[in-house]
Amino acid sequence: MSSDTTDSPSAPTLLSVDHLTVFHGQLCAVDDVSLSVGAGEVLTIIGANGAGKSTLLRTIAGLHRPASGTVTFEGEDITHQAAHQRVRVGISLVPEGRRLFASLTLEENLLVGAHRAAEGPFDLARVYELFPWMKDRRRGKVFQFSGGEQQAVAIGRALVANPKVLMLDEVSLGLAPIVIETIYEVIPDIVSHGIGVLLVEQDVSQGLRVATRVHCLLEGKTSLVGTPDSLSAEEIEHAYFGADLPDNATQVQPS
Amino acid sequence: MSDTTLPSSAELPLLIERSTFSPIYTLVGTVIVFAFFTAAPWILAASWVSVLSNFFVLLIMATMWNLLAGYAGMVSIGQQGFVGLGAYATLYFAIKGMSPFVAIPFAVLACAIIAYPITYLLFRLRGGYFAVATWVIADSAMLLILTVALLGGGTGKYLPGLTNLSPSELDHDTYLATWFVAFIVLVATYFILRSRLGLVLSSLRDNETAARSSGAKVTSTRRLIYVIAGAGCGAAGSVLAISQPFVQPGNAFSLNWAAEMLFASMIGGMGTIEGPIIGCIIFFVLQQSLQNLGAWYLIIFGAVAVVIAIWQPRGIWGLIRDTTHFELLPVGYRVSASSLGTRRRPSRDVN
Amino acid sequence: MTWANILIQGALIGGFYALFACGLSLMFGVMKVINLAHGDIAVVAAYSAVFLVPKLHVAQLWAFVVIVPLFALIGYVVQRTLLQKAIDRDPFTTLLVTFGLSVVIENLLLEIYSANGQSVNIGELVAKSWQVNSVIYVSYVSLVVLGTAVLVLGALQIFLSRTSSGRLIRAVSDDREAAQLCGANYKHVFGVAAAIAFATVALAGIAFGISTEFDPTAGGINLLYAFEAVVIGGIGSLWGTLVGGILLGVAQQFGAHFNLEYQTLAGNALFLIVLAIRPQGLFGRKVSLNE
Repeated sequence: MSSDTTDSPSAPTLLSVDHLTVFHGQLCAVDDVSLSVGAGEVLTIIGANGAGKSTLLRTIAGLHRPASGTVTFEGEDITHQAAHQRVRVGISLVPEGRRLFASLTLEENLLVGAHRAAEGPFDLARVYELFPWMKDRRRGKVFQFSGGEQQAVAIGRALVANPKVLMLDEVSLGLAPIVIETIYEVIPDIVSHGIGVLLVEQDVSQGLRVATRVHCLLEGKTSLVGTPDSLSAEEIEHAYFGADLPDNATQVQPS
Repeated sequence: MSDTTLPSSAELPLLIERSTFSPIYTLVGTVIVFAFFTAAPWILAASWVSVLSNFFVLLIMATMWNLLAGYAGMVSIGQQGFVGLGAYATLYFAIKGMSPFVAIPFAVLACAIIAYPITYLLFRLRGGYFAVATWVIADSAMLLILTVALLGGGTGKYLPGLTNLSPSELDHDTYLATWFVAFIVLVATYFILRSRLGLVLSSLRDNETAARSSGAKVTSTRRLIYVIAGAGCGAAGSVLAISQPFVQPGNAFSLNWAAEMLFASMIGGMGTIEGPIIGCIIFFVLQQSLQNLGAWYLIIFGAVAVVIAIWQPRGIWGLIRDTTHFELLPVGYRVSASSLGTRRRPSRDVN
Repeated sequence: MTWANILIQGALIGGFYALFACGLSLMFGVMKVINLAHGDIAVVAAYSAVFLVPKLHVAQLWAFVVIVPLFALIGYVVQRTLLQKAIDRDPFTTLLVTFGLSVVIENLLLEIYSANGQSVNIGELVAKSWQVNSVIYVSYVSLVVLGTAVLVLGALQIFLSRTSSGRLIRAVSDDREAAQLCGANYKHVFGVAAAIAFATVALAGIAFGISTEFDPTAGGINLLYAFEAVVIGGIGSLWGTLVGGILLGVAQQFGAHFNLEYQTLAGNALFLIVLAIRPQGLFGRKVSLNE
């Protein structure tokens, strides 16, 4: 792992990723990335479209196999564990696009999320407290819900498994700013239970606002790490667009 | 299959070029092969000629099934319907006084005409639905034929119009008919795949959604291929009827035809012209060496096909081609290897 | 009165088709697999009842008790090995593999048991029937089969909608990757679904072996009828499958009323008409969230 001071969490490390490289067919989507997440902190990964953010999260969750590198959780090497086993270890991913079970009710979605739950602060009742509107609509079919409501259910479904590290992939995608606000409001509550949060966000300002630390990816490679206060807007812009990195200066199309 | 094909050309700025194998060799080879098999009845023993005759019938079917499934992605388990219809069309024309050999092109035309409207029903369906629906249609065709007394109903009927030939003449003419039909089918398939249609097919196989959105005439291409495959299997049925020459529904519409054409393509390698040829050769070697053991040849052939589908989906020819980069009948468009050197695609759905 | 008889006989035979079809429907719903060997598995179960059970020296009716759990186990193993490997490749491969299995099974049975007809002998009961009036006879066996079909479908419905295992099966059929992210081993869930499917088709196969004489080639036509029942009723609806089976049975009886040769043809015609007009079936739903 890198010894860079800004790359280490202040709290005890839960999850660490070392020199991870992932291919999509011919394409190297994640290239030698290392990072770690500690208890009770928020690590935000930013980067342009195609920078490898989602692939990184999906690999940590066990949905992709890395070509090289390791994923370690609480000191245990989980690189070769299947996705469902990692949930039991304590890693939950809220996938991009929410991916709710369309033919199940809200409550059934949460129950599936909880079916292998560890001991911990979250259960269905606690999720209903977090999102009070859910209780009255728990028998509703989720395909009738709005995008923001579906996103809340997706987060609730991951929380009831009582993860130690919660990964959120593009939770603000396609949602109205006011809806994004209400989603992000719950993050301090989650963190207060000592859960480490790994956040992928294309909306940089939103991602920085909740971040303890920031990790920027450019074309699959780490282009910047630091804390939100220590980084200037210019530094982040360069790391995001790759303007001052001659090696990778071409092809990036931020959106 | 999908793990070996590259992403659709519509999305990638890769260099696409035609295979550069010299057409002279292909032409000379074709002439030699044609001359050999045309002369075969004078060269080979009679028993071999009859085996070759059966071989060509299966080769026609396997080539057509390969065109349908291997190239156009339509898994049909009902092509025996067209085999049966081809056989019965030949019987019908022969009953009406036509020479069975002259009836072959008319039987083929009849199958094409029947195949065309069927596509309007079938193309509403995908994947497994499509597959089982083709079977239901084949089953229905057989049940309809059963009700026609003129065609012998359930017991079947001898193909008339062949009695003026001596047995050896009949064998001889039957062989030449199957060989010529097989040759025409192979050459036609080769030119179809080399044409613009072939390009549409390969883009369709790689990524149907992308091919649709890039404006390729997907449905009309699929329709044309289905009609061609129906006509081709009809031709196989027609020559089958002549070689039997007793036409009976349980045999003409047998699901075993579907099984054999499918297994031969799978084992040889789908999506190549050479694959079904290799598959048919393996099938005949197996059948001849196990001919005293009942259905065991089909059991072994099926089991091998299952194993190949899972562990070597490009078949035996695919394995040969991957290791030697040799192509006997180059029809494909190659992606230039140099353009694959770039590390990543421009922003795509990676995130 | 003839029309009433057509309806009654059609409904009775429809229950039988529904029993055949529910496993096919379950496997398609959960794994998106159309198991083309489905009918042949039923025939294997029927042969097991004829040849295997007498060796155990128990009464033929105990065949169910032995064979149904055995087939559940076989279903789980086949799914976790061969079918999972095919699914890991693509749907195209899965179709080819199940078709290959179907041909292999059918010809193996031909080699082992020959093409002679067999039946599961349960004594005189098979011929007994309840005479409603001068035209209508209701055979006890087909009545029991219809009742079994209703019971099995009902039990499956309750299992899927009320139990946590059933909920997991529905979740996996909606989105297997999301289910993995909830800690579900989707391959195990597939195995469970296949076990249920094989158990029901074994039940249907033995019932089939009791009510008619069969030979190794019977699998194809059984698959065809089961598939037609599923499509007419609509994928994803168990009661739809029952209605689909009954409609298919009635259509066949209707065709047979005019000419025995039209029996299967009339069923095929109904199937093709439903496909043309309403491909999702009469009770099929189209729920899509992520696509």
